[in-house]
Amino acid sequence: MALIELTSVSKHYEMGQHLIKAVDNIDLSIEPNEYMVFIGSSGSGKSTIMNIIGCLDTPTHGRYVLNGRNVNGLDQNELADIRNQEIGFIFQSFNLLPRATALKNVMQPLIYRGIGLADRRAEAERVLERVGLADRGDHLPNQLSGGQCQRVAIARALVTNPSILLADEPTGNLDSQTTVEIMALFDELHDEGQTIIVVTHEPDIAAHSERVARLRDGRIVEDYANEHNR
Amino acid sequence: MQTNTIDSSDGKRARSRLEGARYPTWFAITEGVRSALSSIWAHSFRSFLTTLGIVIGVASVIGMVSIIQGLSFAISEQLQGLGSNSITVESFTPVRERLQRRFASLTQKDLDLISYRIDGIESITPIMYLRGQSQVRYGAQTTVAQVLGTTYSFQEVGQYFSLYGRFLSDSDNRTRRRVAVIAEQVRDELALPENPVGEFIQINGEWLKIIGLPEPKGEIFGQSLDNRVMIPYSTMTSMQGNQRSPDIQIQLTIADLNNMDTIVELITRLLRSAHNLGPDDEDDFRIQTADQLRSTFSSILNNVTVVMAGIVGISLLVGGIGIMNIMLVSVTERTREIGICKAIGAKRHHILLQFLLEALVLCLLGGLVGVIIGYGIGAVAASLIPGFPPAHTPLWAVTLALGFSAVVGVVFGILPAAKAANLDPIASLRYE
Ligand SMILES: Nc1ncnc2c1ncn2[C@@H]1O[C@H](COP(=O)(O)OP(=O)(O)OP(=O)(O)O)[C@@H](O)[C@H]1O
Ligand SMILES: [Mg+2]
Repeated sequence: MALIELTSVSKHYEMGQHLIKAVDNIDLSIEPNEYMVFIGSSGSGKSTIMNIIGCLDTPTHGRYVLNGRNVNGLDQNELADIRNQEIGFIFQSFNLLPRATALKNVMQPLIYRGIGLADRRAEAERVLERVGLADRGDHLPNQLSGGQCQRVAIARALVTNPSILLADEPTGNLDSQTTVEIMALFDELHDEGQTIIVVTHEPDIAAHSERVARLRDGRIVEDYANEHNR
Repeated sequence: MQTNTIDSSDGKRARSRLEGARYPTWFAITEGVRSALSSIWAHSFRSFLTTLGIVIGVASVIGMVSIIQGLSFAISEQLQGLGSNSITVESFTPVRERLQRRFASLTQKDLDLISYRIDGIESITPIMYLRGQSQVRYGAQTTVAQVLGTTYSFQEVGQYFSLYGRFLSDSDNRTRRRVAVIAEQVRDELALPENPVGEFIQINGEWLKIIGLPEPKGEIFGQSLDNRVMIPYSTMTSMQGNQRSPDIQIQLTIADLNNMDTIVELITRLLRSAHNLGPDDEDDFRIQTADQLRSTFSSILNNVTVVMAGIVGISLLVGGIGIMNIMLVSVTERTREIGICKAIGAKRHHILLQFLLEALVLCLLGGLVGVIIGYGIGAVAASLIPGFPPAHTPLWAVTLALGFSAVVGVVFGILPAAKAANLDPIASLRYE
């Protein structure tokens, strides 16, 4: 059974007279442990489709089944639960809580799951170590480099053991050396069985994945397998 | 491989750790308080400014109430000394008569009338004050004291217990003996011996022998009650000489407290007919009971307290509006943070509780600081005013102040908290 099943999904915005089709009639099926990349030019709808898959946003049309569960018509609290249980989101701008230390940032999603302080700390420390930041737990985001911030964000996404890791231009704010390191981390996670979906501009990054979908004007115009990575 | 640290056993342990809390409500509250405290601490200066209104409001209410309660405490203790079964009758000149320079008076005849015609009186005594304060001399020392003429019954009415010697006796009055009972302050100011019994003092040129000294009474409103000389009533009338019917005060105690109202009523009727007052005339005397005095005082103080509480309530309200304003600003400022929390799984109630608890904790902290400052203000102010009784901070005032702060926190925190909870995750993540 597919992990993600999108059927005729659209996201339309009405701007006065205009109808903006940010995502237009997309059919997509993603299996567990797939490593998929969305590429496309700016404004092609990559972020919009990611937000829909991540249950941050709801489609205006179509059907979305995640892990066997129909997501259509769920209310904000139920969606929050799904985001907490199933999704690990990584953003271009890291989106760390600025006044919380790296460790606290990683612990934060576990609060919403109702996990006690001691267990939260143990889990967060374990995952921080996994991303190579065991010694930076008590640093604030503004005391960390961009690459380190993104590692904290990855740890925060992983700490809940999500079904899918979603990353919207995770290396957009990073230099090339750090980009290589982050992508290597993604490869490792994928090897460990993690399902990963990444949005990017850069063909270099797309080359890491098994499957590439090219978006244009809200539609998937190309969806091919990266044979050499299979 | 070194990097593959998530092996299967580790992963299983992790899963079991990731189960939810057993007491979700309690968990939500403790987590909410934790995050509220850390957020207040992170913005400590702004938090302080936010809650300043509450601090000032609570500090002033606690300070005021402490002072007033201290006063009321002292007064009721003083009045206790009067004995609750005592009645004071004194002359009273209505304003109109006063303007016509006709002064009312009570006389020995009134006293006799009351003591013969009314049953249930335990003891009755006249008190005559020597006009104003009089010079008292002992050897080369002089002092000014309040001199009053009375009878042995005053010992009971005024609750005087002899420390040295004895109180005035019946025979002192019958024989117009030249004796005096002096209070502690008079003894000290005249530099009399510790036990002054047997010494002679001079008042208005008359020599009087000291026969006793009662236990000290302390002071009320900074005025000493121990600045007194008590001499036999008959001795004083003879000292006043030609004055035919001097104005006296009548003090009596009654045997049964339940008869208080009836006896007050009877005395009123008796004196009105004795003074030939028509039905339209005002009483030319006043009857006061210790209870009445006490309740008058406490009702004045309670009114003052209520007015103060009202003013302070308004200031807390203003403080609350201040909190709401700053909380609203803070919600706007933290829109992105709220979006992040929602993206990683915060539900509406998580955000709502976080902001509500932040307002609540802020107000309670402000209230607590206010209580401490107010307690200090009360204590310092009461000790700075000379003769003022020590401040007394009642528990109800502290409870009320903290309770009110909490209510202000919840009432004025709910709007910003609801605003935060209702933010759309996508829109708030995009917020710059
Ligand atoms: N809230 C909105 N209201 C109206 N139009 C929107 C809204 N959000 C997105 N759009 C439009 O939808 C289209 C797709 O936007 P999206 O953010 O998905 O692009 P993207 O592929 O992520 O671009 P980029 O690479 O620049 O991030 C854009 O044309 C954008 O203007
Ligand atoms: Mg985008």
